[in-house]
Amino acid sequence: MVLCLTGVCFVCAAILGVVYAVTKDPIEAAAEAEARAAVGRVLPEGGEISEAIPADAPGIKEYYIQNLDGSVLAYAVKSVSGGFGGDLVLMVGVLPDGSIYNTSVLSHSETPGLGAKCTEEKSHFREQWKGFSGNFAVTKDGGDVDAITASTITSRAYTRAVAQASAFVVGLKED
Amino acid sequence: MDYLLIIVSAIFVNNIVLAQFLGICPFLGVSGKLSTATGMSLAVCFVITLATVVTWMLNRWLLIPFGLGFLQTIAFILVIAALVQMVEIVLKKVSPALYSALGIFLPLITTNCAVLGVAITVVSKEFSFGGEPHLLSLGESAVYAFATSLGYGLAMVLFAGIREHLSGNEVPAAFKGLPIALISVGIMALAFLGFSGIV
Amino acid sequence: MANKLSIIAKGILKENPTFVLVLGMCPTLATTTSAMNGLEMGLATMFVLILSNTVISLIAPVVPDKVHIPVYIVVIATFVTVLQLLMQAFVPDVYRTLGLFIPLIVVNCIILGRAEAFAGKNGAFDSALDGIGIGIGFTLALTVIGMVREILGSGSVFGWKFIAGDGILAFVMAPGAFLVLGYLMVLFNKLKKK
Repeated sequence: MVLCLTGVCFVCAAILGVVYAVTKDPIEAAAEAEARAAVGRVLPEGGEISEAIPADAPGIKEYYIQNLDGSVLAYAVKSVSGGFGGDLVLMVGVLPDGSIYNTSVLSHSETPGLGAKCTEEKSHFREQWKGFSGNFAVTKDGGDVDAITASTITSRAYTRAVAQASAFVVGLKED
Repeated sequence: MDYLLIIVSAIFVNNIVLAQFLGICPFLGVSGKLSTATGMSLAVCFVITLATVVTWMLNRWLLIPFGLGFLQTIAFILVIAALVQMVEIVLKKVSPALYSALGIFLPLITTNCAVLGVAITVVSKEFSFGGEPHLLSLGESAVYAFATSLGYGLAMVLFAGIREHLSGNEVPAAFKGLPIALISVGIMALAFLGFSGIV
Repeated sequence: MANKLSIIAKGILKENPTFVLVLGMCPTLATTTSAMNGLEMGLATMFVLILSNTVISLIAPVVPDKVHIPVYIVVIATFVTVLQLLMQAFVPDVYRTLGLFIPLIVVNCIILGRAEAFAGKNGAFDSALDGIGIGIGFTLALTVIGMVREILGSGSVFGWKFIAGDGILAFVMAPGAFLVLGYLMVLFNKLKKK
């Protein structure tokens, strides 16, 4: 009885070991390609993009540097802030002067149809970030960011994530 | 780290049944009477908390250091099945009264996806609860699991109360039984949506 | 041959896992926010169901009665993990959408239920067919629920939008899942009576 159960467990573990060994490389390649694609979306064309560099700032754990002909063209910063339904994770492309090149949502748990509209790429909310360099706050709070209708909390979270990415890049240059 | 935030979030905002859809089968199956619903809730509470603590330790101290993360699903389900058996045996010896109250629910719990669901969630998802996003520590995991199971109990007891009233009412034939129950849960879930955004 | 076909057919209608047997409710409710998600979840479950049914029917005669449930669970968990690894490698987007509910196929009562009720007592070929039938029934049910929720909630079918603007948001969120399944069951009951 025990022998049978042990035998089955061994066979199953062996099968899984084989499948794991076979799929290990494709899984890593897929994760790598995904990270590359997210970074590519928020940066200008061309140049060399570095490996992920770990960081230790509020809401920021890693970033990438894009170099062109020996000088820094832009940074891509992975930035997290608390949204309405949970964490809002963004990839933010920042130029060395702290202005924004483009933004992209990596993951979120906002309300479908309301806060989740922050993922719609052609919307006014997303378009306004391209080249943004103003006061990082929604208009309701006296800033320059137009919030998504009926989703102020999501808009504030998004703005906070972008702002901390921008501040992080400005801080990098001062070091 | 604010434990109160974890508790409120797990019980109301992300209620395991009404927002995360875990443990629906027993939720629909044993909520016909208030007394059985209470018994099941207590048993689930006990097992979820215990299983989460054990699987957390197994994952952090055994699976990850040896690079066996891919065995997670299979290891967790075996641990849960073994734990449920053990709880059953221990209860029978130590507290026959409690055993006779919870006994019949225990075997059902192994296939309650809420147990495996919570165990996998706490070791794989990053939570922030107002601070930096991080994987939960052992203490936080235990609190999260316990609060989640309280949320399960809350939903279950509330629903059993509603169903006891439903059974005394005339409903159209095609709605009898599960359909009307599901529609009632839907309305309950709508009410719980009101909690979203408070943490 | 007709006999073999009927094994498949009964899983789709007479023993439909969702509307008749009411099994596997968690993924049914959680992953049907759109028709496509429902279809993907159904296919993932079918993959595990066919393989576990086949293997269990082969090993059932030699497994002692006392440990047959743990052995079945180990076999099922193995196929679920194989599926997890394959999905992570080749369709990472789908894996991320379905998330937690892929490992949770292990505790989907449909799979253990079929192992107990059918695969343990029948031959490998019949068990595979049973897996296909039940799998198709489950996939169909999930796709239909997903489709109804998508039409009402976002005004689209399989991602193709036919209403500009938003739908009734509640249907994409949690309450809509319970309501749609409840009303579809009413409809199924009504049709079955006729």
